[in-house]
Amino acid sequence: MFSGYDFDVIRRSLPYLFREGMTFTVTLTLMAMTGGIIFGTLLAMMRLSRFKVLGLVAGGYVNLMRSIPLVLVIFWFFFLVPYIGAWIIGADQPVAVGAFLSCVITFTMFEAAYYSEIMRAGIQSIPRGQVAAGQALGLNYWQSMGYIVLPQAFRNMLPVLLTQTIILFQDTSLVYVISVTDFLGAAAKIANRDYRLVEMYTFVAVVYFIICFSLSYLVKILQRRIAIVR
Amino acid sequence: MKYDWQWSVFLQMASDGSGTWLHYLFVGLLWTLATALAAWVIALTIGATVGTLRTTPIRWVVRLGNAYVEIFRNVPLLVQMFLWFFVMPELLPARLGDAIKQMPPPWGSYVPAVLCLGIYTSVRVAEQIRAGIQSLPRGQHMAGTALGLTLPQTYRYVLLPMAFRIILPPLTSEFLNVIKNSSVALTIGLLELTGRARAMQELTFKVFEAFAAATVLYLLTNLIIVLLMRVLERRLRVPGFIGSAPQGTAGH
Repeated sequence: MFSGYDFDVIRRSLPYLFREGMTFTVTLTLMAMTGGIIFGTLLAMMRLSRFKVLGLVAGGYVNLMRSIPLVLVIFWFFFLVPYIGAWIIGADQPVAVGAFLSCVITFTMFEAAYYSEIMRAGIQSIPRGQVAAGQALGLNYWQSMGYIVLPQAFRNMLPVLLTQTIILFQDTSLVYVISVTDFLGAAAKIANRDYRLVEMYTFVAVVYFIICFSLSYLVKILQRRIAIVR
Repeated sequence: MKYDWQWSVFLQMASDGSGTWLHYLFVGLLWTLATALAAWVIALTIGATVGTLRTTPIRWVVRLGNAYVEIFRNVPLLVQMFLWFFVMPELLPARLGDAIKQMPPPWGSYVPAVLCLGIYTSVRVAEQIRAGIQSLPRGQHMAGTALGLTLPQTYRYVLLPMAFRIILPPLTSEFLNVIKNSSVALTIGLLELTGRARAMQELTFKVFEAFAAATVLYLLTNLIIVLLMRVLERRLRVPGFIGSAPQGTAGH
């Protein structure tokens, strides 16, 4: 069945695939995760705040991001970021933004909507009495959030946040649509150059499977270990 | 810094001569829906079967179901799309593979896209069905046995009718996901809504008009489905249950 295939092409392209492609994929995932969780937590705090306007704005943003496809969001930001850049520095021409920065901004903004829903559930799972106790101790809003609510919300939601990050890791493969060389992009380049589509795409699938499967297994173990017995 | 908006572009003739650009995008929306609906049929059929089998007491069946779920959940959708489009025809017997590769334009990418999305989504449906069945009190299963029902009968008359009603809300959001995910099919050449918005942007240079129109069409579709499903959910809600189903919180 595999007689006509040349699996040596994988060995030959390993350095390129991992040094160029996987590095891009992992860096993008980690940066978008950090940015996404920070921005997502802020969005969640806005949605739960006393000020109705903030809640409406954050809610509208989250629902907008969650109702359109990621591919469309990638296109939007790919063309929008140069204009935003020009607007910020006051230039009258769209500024050239590198593909990498554009991707980081896109995924941070997009995943923040999903992280914010997770953090919102986390914050809501903290008993009201804890915030009241913070107030009784004289802590202001930011102090009680920073020292009491968020650390617990974060701990409760850690497994879900990590699961979302595995999904983010898979989603980064979609940067293919703006011709960026991530892991899949690198493999696609070699596949088309050497006409080895079957070998390269099968290999990519196997690598993604091994990484995501092991990560979700680790998350499962973590979930069992950090569960708080109440 | 100014962008020159020109909304009248939608009334101009599209380059394929089939009508205006607005019509061109609308046809894209129809392709999106056609892909999503066909994939949804596959997803529900396989998902319900696999999800049910994973709750049975038969151990090897459960293990097989778990393997199916793990395989299709841990590979990115885009990679799966490439596997169905580029790799599958090569692995099939030569004559069948060639027949698939020679399908005329829209079908050549439509069929793999539907298969890919259907199976990708079936895994999520299977998870929901399993969660729905497991959320039922154990007594229901026992009551079925006590009444003398066989295992298949217990599932058919007791467990599944309840489970389906309970998981209707998460199934709605899975259906919305299929619509969004169908945009990935543009990578294998299917001109659905996002693909057509991109094509329009390349041909007219009206970038933001094209993407804004696609965004609005997606939002409207979402809104209509949510409203319709809300009616259905209200009519099928199980009396006595507080809320809806067990929800997986991570995901798209």
